[in-house]
Amino acid sequence: MTTSTEAPLDPSARPLRILIAKPGLDGHDRGAKIIARALRDAGMEVIYTGLRQTPEMIAEAALQEDVDAVGLSILSGAHKTLLPRVVEAMRERGLSDVPVFAGGIIPDEDIPDLKAAGIAGVFGPGAPIAEIIAFIRTHTPIRER
Amino acid sequence: MVADLMSDRRALARLITQIENGAPEARQLVTRLYRRGGRAHIVGVTGAPGCGKSTLVAALARQLRVHAPDAHVAIIAVDPSSAFSGGAILGDRLRMRSLAGDAGVFIRSMASRGALGGVAAATADVVEVLDAVGFGTIFIETVGAGQLEVDVARIAQTVVVVEAPGAGDEVQAIKAGILEIADVVVVNKADREGATQTVAALQSALDIGRPMPAAGLHAIDPSHHLQAPEQPGPSAEWRPPILKTVASHEEGIAAVIAALEEHRQHLQLSGAGARRRARAVEQDVRARLGDLLLRRALRAVPQTHYNALIAGVIERTLHPLEAAEQLFIASWGQ
Repeated sequence: MTTSTEAPLDPSARPLRILIAKPGLDGHDRGAKIIARALRDAGMEVIYTGLRQTPEMIAEAALQEDVDAVGLSILSGAHKTLLPRVVEAMRERGLSDVPVFAGGIIPDEDIPDLKAAGIAGVFGPGAPIAEIIAFIRTHTPIRER
Repeated sequence: MVADLMSDRRALARLITQIENGAPEARQLVTRLYRRGGRAHIVGVTGAPGCGKSTLVAALARQLRVHAPDAHVAIIAVDPSSAFSGGAILGDRLRMRSLAGDAGVFIRSMASRGALGGVAAATADVVEVLDAVGFGTIFIETVGAGQLEVDVARIAQTVVVVEAPGAGDEVQAIKAGILEIADVVVVNKADREGATQTVAALQSALDIGRPMPAAGLHAIDPSHHLQAPEQPGPSAEWRPPILKTVASHEEGIAAVIAALEEHRQHLQLSGAGARRRARAVEQDVRARLGDLLLRRALRAVPQTHYNALIAGVIERTLHPLEAAEQLFIASWGQ
């Protein structure tokens, strides 16, 4: 397992596939797009589903796209209800082993509840991209090449 | 096992990942499933960025599902990988929201991954699996940029080229050569200004690009006798129709679906489908042979010898052909 933020040197190493989605109704996807681009530049394949996704849509996309991790961007304040529902919809589809992380405007005091609900990582607006990339690399289980 | 994959979408999704990664575990299943394929209609959809390909594919899939609820639809959306990082942003699902919640639709985004011949081989195998599993229609969507759509044209039975008013003017269309692979031409966003002119420009480009009638060819090209003769009859020659759509409002979609079906029937009745498939199969086998020979040669040659030859070419003491010939000789008989 690599924790490096550099793109892997071995060209035969398969790229990680990451779903970046925005649950809920807020209409700002700038942050999600910045993350998507940064992950692409780190050599990952980013499936970007855009705004206003329901938890079911996100879970279904994660399943069909066979992603290694799911990143959720949320600014609406509805994270306490929406994020656990995404985890639940994924669990219903047998995707409990796919790590979910979240970014956006999430108060520190909400983080313990989100982690208890199955969100593996929470990143605030100031989180360095390298930290998110390192998180993904350490939390994605090594699967068959 | 096959029925399992249709109901177990996660297993299907995982198999696609393995195919993309060239995982040896996938091989046995892929080769077994190949023998059960051949029933799906495989439709390639290509066009410049921004012409509305994804929206059109979503509208086509949605209406196909409405008209034939028993027929499942799969969509493979191929986007180029970044040449710098090897990563990719795959954003085609963004425009396919209308398909969410329909268990009869399976959407998969694929990055081209830039490997030589890679996209063609992996995409072809994924299509074959979806076909064998029982999807009735399989759409392959690609950006019309370079080699990608040519590869896809080889895999698809029917190729839809999408243009938008103003985006692809006459000269662009001819230059790109993209119309040459079109079986159906769609002018999307036809509610925009300039749609009529775009249709006219495409029509004249298609007319120029059309091959000479068979009688004329005989006179000019004697080798034509070597080719299998076209079947006589009204369906012997296919004229790509130009259809106007506003995919975002699902306007004109029924006519495109009808044209896809008509083209499929044309392929069957005229024998063109069998000829196209024979060509595609031969190219596919040759490409895979090339890949195997390359791997074998690279395995057989000591790394130091390989490095020395590459260095020789860099220093211009060797021509690339000489280096390749020496590698070929060094790998032979090993």
